[in-house]
Amino acid sequence: MVRGPGQRLTDLALGRGEPPPGPFRPAFWRSPLRGPWLTAVLGSVLLVGIPILFVTGLLSYAAYNPDLGGGNDRTPGKGLFGFYLFTWPTDPVWLYRAVIGTHVLLGLTVLPVVLAKLWSVIPKLFAWPPVESPAKALERLSLVLLVGGAVFELMTGLMNIQLFYPWSFSFYTAHLYGAWVFIGAFVTHVALKLPTMVRALRARSLARELRTGLAETRPEEPDEFGLVAVSPAAPTMSRRGLLGLVGGGSLLLVGLAGGQTLGDRLRGTALLAPRGGSYDGDFPVNKTAASRGVTAADVGDGWRLDVVAGDRSMSLTRAELLALPQTTARLPISCVEGWSTTQTWTGVRLADLLDLVGAGPVDIVVDSLQKGGAFATVRLAGNQVADPRSLLALEVNGEALSMDHGYPARVIVPAAPGVHCTKWVREMKVLGRQA
Amino acid sequence: MSRLRALYGASPGHLVALAVGGLVSAYAVTRVPDLSTLVSIALWFGFMLIAHDLLLYPVYAAADGVAARVQHRARPRVPWTNYVRVPTVLSGLLLLAWFPLVLRLSSGYGRASGRSDDGYLGRWLAVTAVLFAVSGLLYLVRVVTTRRRSGAPGPATDPGS
Repeated sequence: MVRGPGQRLTDLALGRGEPPPGPFRPAFWRSPLRGPWLTAVLGSVLLVGIPILFVTGLLSYAAYNPDLGGGNDRTPGKGLFGFYLFTWPTDPVWLYRAVIGTHVLLGLTVLPVVLAKLWSVIPKLFAWPPVESPAKALERLSLVLLVGGAVFELMTGLMNIQLFYPWSFSFYTAHLYGAWVFIGAFVTHVALKLPTMVRALRARSLARELRTGLAETRPEEPDEFGLVAVSPAAPTMSRRGLLGLVGGGSLLLVGLAGGQTLGDRLRGTALLAPRGGSYDGDFPVNKTAASRGVTAADVGDGWRLDVVAGDRSMSLTRAELLALPQTTARLPISCVEGWSTTQTWTGVRLADLLDLVGAGPVDIVVDSLQKGGAFATVRLAGNQVADPRSLLALEVNGEALSMDHGYPARVIVPAAPGVHCTKWVREMKVLGRQA
Repeated sequence: MSRLRALYGASPGHLVALAVGGLVSAYAVTRVPDLSTLVSIALWFGFMLIAHDLLLYPVYAAADGVAARVQHRARPRVPWTNYVRVPTVLSGLLLLAWFPLVLRLSSGYGRASGRSDDGYLGRWLAVTAVLFAVSGLLYLVRVVTTRRRSGAPGPATDPGS
């Protein structure tokens, strides 16, 4: 049969015959470092990192106590994905700090590893024919979710902590469901590739590779996956050099951001983190009074705290609150954006306030003066109210709260996410029928 | 079993792995509250994929290729590509992570935090400058030690990369 140009086009469309020129031809890929071993090393780092990222993310969701409903649950349509939720404890006080700090800093850590992993397998993006069988077609579809999901989760996370929202969807919705879409593809990928990874890791010794300089760097053995270049260029970097660059990238990213999480003394080292650098004796603010429409008039002499339990209620001025027994607690406040700070808070125990209206330590709703914002109203669980360190703080470090830190009164609850430590509190009300 | 393998192109285990993961992903898709949100998220998923595979990767690979060609033509006694590559990659990673603050794209940051994002560009440039300075210094040391080892300066030879 004579093969006309039409036949050639059909062949191309079906991925038969010669691959089109460029990246679709194996000879296009010339890096002498690509190979199953390198991919497996990077993959094994992600095999540890990604499950930790996923679990800390799920724990951060649990920390909001979404089962209390209301604004606590940013993703009420979660369905079965709420299977693991539990009432968030107040001990240890650094629990949320550790969970979200790990999540954000580990996200920064894996960023260079993910990029290197994608670099190491990019020839497979241009594999020819593009679809060999139904099995390969499904696997490639799953890889779209894997790669798209990895980049999506990392970038939405990073953009969220910088308050950069070029999209219209809720970050909570996108980051949570995006994570589940991704983790489905991740589980598939691990199941399909784990044996390959183990075999590839066994083929070379990491210790020996770390002793191999540029002059001795050779391509890996020809492989069945199309990762090892068929006509490799001379190496310009050793494998240990590449791994060092990836690790160095992770260290640099964490080194210039970790200070916003690890402690107030180290905050100055976090040169590029959203809540790093110098604060001149003050500590970071998530949302200023101005950004939430809270004015001096709102919190002047007319301000009252209402404590409500069913039909019993009480209205207290700031002076009356200061006249109640005061408790001091040194507690961290940790934001979902990954930064945290530990301060000494003084105020009235939440449990004592509820006692004034005859209520025990039950689930409550805390309402803020702030106008708008996702967390103007927050629900606290009974165990959070009962903790003797949970306060309606009036002072921080021995001085009255500043406006930006929540004057006249703010909630501070051990181990709760920062957005649940409501500022500019207006009302505390017993939730539902429990009064 | 062999018929499945012939039709499908892989073992039943392969299909099971894809089905299990696919179910989780598909269920997550059904949890997105409304269609417009779903479309928007899907577009961003796709955009992130393209942004890496067809934008970021080709750009950095091309830049690397240019550096390699320039060095190949210049035939320096001590190859310098890695002394440019490493600080460029590190600085690029920092920019990739913090571009909203560095490029002042986050309109809400100043009002929310009560601080200006003025300093981030300067700090990123300063870190970049330090990275290149350290790299340049190391290169200089390398050049000097290579020259000492090889005795009197002679004609440039192939770096033997």
